[in-house]
Amino acid sequence: MKAWFNQHRRALAVTAGRAARAPFAHLFQVLVIGVAILLPLLLHLAVQNLQRLGGTAQADARIALYLAPEATGKDADGIAARLKAHAQVAGYRFVSREEAIKDLRRIHDIADLVDALPKNPLPDAFIVRARSTDPGEIDALRREAAQWPKVALVQLDSTWAARLDAGLRLARALAAGLAALLAVALLAIAFNTIGLQVANRREEIEVCRLIGATHGFIRRPFLYAGTLQGAAGGLIACALAALCVIWVNRQLPGLAALYGTELVVQPMPLQDVLAVTGFAALLGWLGAWLAVSRHLWRDGPG
Amino acid sequence: MIELDRVGKRYPASQGGEGHDALKSVTLSIDSGEFAVITGHSGAGKSTLLKLIAGIELPTSGTVRVNDQDLAGSRRALPFIRRRIGLIFQDHKLLYDRTVFDNVQLPLDITGFPPREAARRVRAALDKVGLLSRERERPVTLSGGEQQRLCIARAIVHRPSLLLADEPTANLDMEYAQDIVEILRSFHQVGVTVVVSTHDLVSLRAAHPRVIALSHGMLARENAP
Ligand SMILES: Nc1ncnc2c1ncn2[C@@H]1O[C@H](COP(=O)(O)OP(=O)(O)OP(=O)(O)O)[C@@H](O)[C@H]1O
Ligand SMILES: [Mg+2]
Repeated sequence: MKAWFNQHRRALAVTAGRAARAPFAHLFQVLVIGVAILLPLLLHLAVQNLQRLGGTAQADARIALYLAPEATGKDADGIAARLKAHAQVAGYRFVSREEAIKDLRRIHDIADLVDALPKNPLPDAFIVRARSTDPGEIDALRREAAQWPKVALVQLDSTWAARLDAGLRLARALAAGLAALLAVALLAIAFNTIGLQVANRREEIEVCRLIGATHGFIRRPFLYAGTLQGAAGGLIACALAALCVIWVNRQLPGLAALYGTELVVQPMPLQDVLAVTGFAALLGWLGAWLAVSRHLWRDGPG
Repeated sequence: MIELDRVGKRYPASQGGEGHDALKSVTLSIDSGEFAVITGHSGAGKSTLLKLIAGIELPTSGTVRVNDQDLAGSRRALPFIRRRIGLIFQDHKLLYDRTVFDNVQLPLDITGFPPREAARRVRAALDKVGLLSRERERPVTLSGGEQQRLCIARAIVHRPSLLLADEPTANLDMEYAQDIVEILRSFHQVGVTVVVSTHDLVSLRAAHPRVIALSHGMLARENAP
């Protein structure tokens, strides 16, 4: 147990010593890995944030029920009763034609124009909030409501949300594909860099074997190197992603003001940072293990 | 302690062909506490014999037993068997990018020795071979004789019960060679089994060794001390 601890401590010291002797080479190596991870990471972040945005947009998806011009207050009451009883309806608001025209007048540029109208051309309407955010179910509700008596027109303003949803699906698939490619790339990078280190230390490895080192002993410093290199690359990628988020948030207020909403890109949650770092570390470890093992298996007994 | 039973070693030929028999049916045993010298012409198989005893090479026929353990039958155990042996190589095999101190510490690192105790042992070993004042230097700054002494320090730092030395006095002046022999003798005197290969029986005569002569891979003659 104590010997085990000493060996690990020594392996870490050896790894740190090697890195300290060639700091720039190691730094660039880690940067390369970091940037490689950054690309799918940014895509993932973008998807996450757009999804959040899409989520609120769909929650807000409104269905407008415009009643026929001849509809009476009684007809409106009937529709209100149907809406109240409907399982898919989260809430609704009645907007009378008088209210609607008042709203229109409030846009002062066209107030004169509205006053010039001989009679109120606007119908009574219900603004309905659907319970579901699923485009299919919302559409089903729309079609059903269109069949109700005295309903002239049902309008859905969630088509863009549906498009966003399709786009997000594509982006998510892309991010997953990129991540898979990246995993292969990370493995190759670790295999290569650690393989080079192994080649540079052939003599040392040979001497160690001759005087009784186990494969485990020889592997250990390289495994630490691969693991730490991967983890450092993962952390750098997360740090760069955080910088990107800060930068984008600086640019956003102008954009957000344009849409009259408050847009903020959320940073990566800590558990994602840990997952990315852990994943990169694991691949680094695996690449290093393969590189050292290839060397050990190629050379003779013991 | 060491038993070879009809041991043969054939190195594969580099391009096809028969291969080369470096050792042919060698049977011999070396007891615990002996000082044995293996002599013979260049290419006689001295280094090969030592490598077989150390488990660096495995025999192609016959068996090699060290401390009643068949080396060929326990590949996984080989590292642990080697740790009980001190090895001095014909070509030194020092690590030139490490200090004298670190070179000697290597066998202790391998066994996971506590650092403080390891440092104490390393200094004791360096003191023994007269290199304590050079511990911070790199091996290249040492003379041939000093490098050979460094190899001895590395071979004995973990206190092995068997010391194998391949041509430890090669390329050394008589005086330096005598130094080396003295050091080997001092280990023999405290009970370590010592097996040395050499061309140069003269400088080893002072140790009154048992002489095992090889010729073309076969046992030629043996003189008990
Ligand atoms: N790894 C190897 N591959 C092929 N042949 C080898 C190998 N090692 C040694 N030999 C051959 O085996 C024979 C014995 O070699 P060995 O090194 O044991 O001789 P030696 O007695 O130590 O010689 P020297 O005094 O020159 O060191 C030689 O003919 C050598 O060429
Ligand atoms: Mg030799």
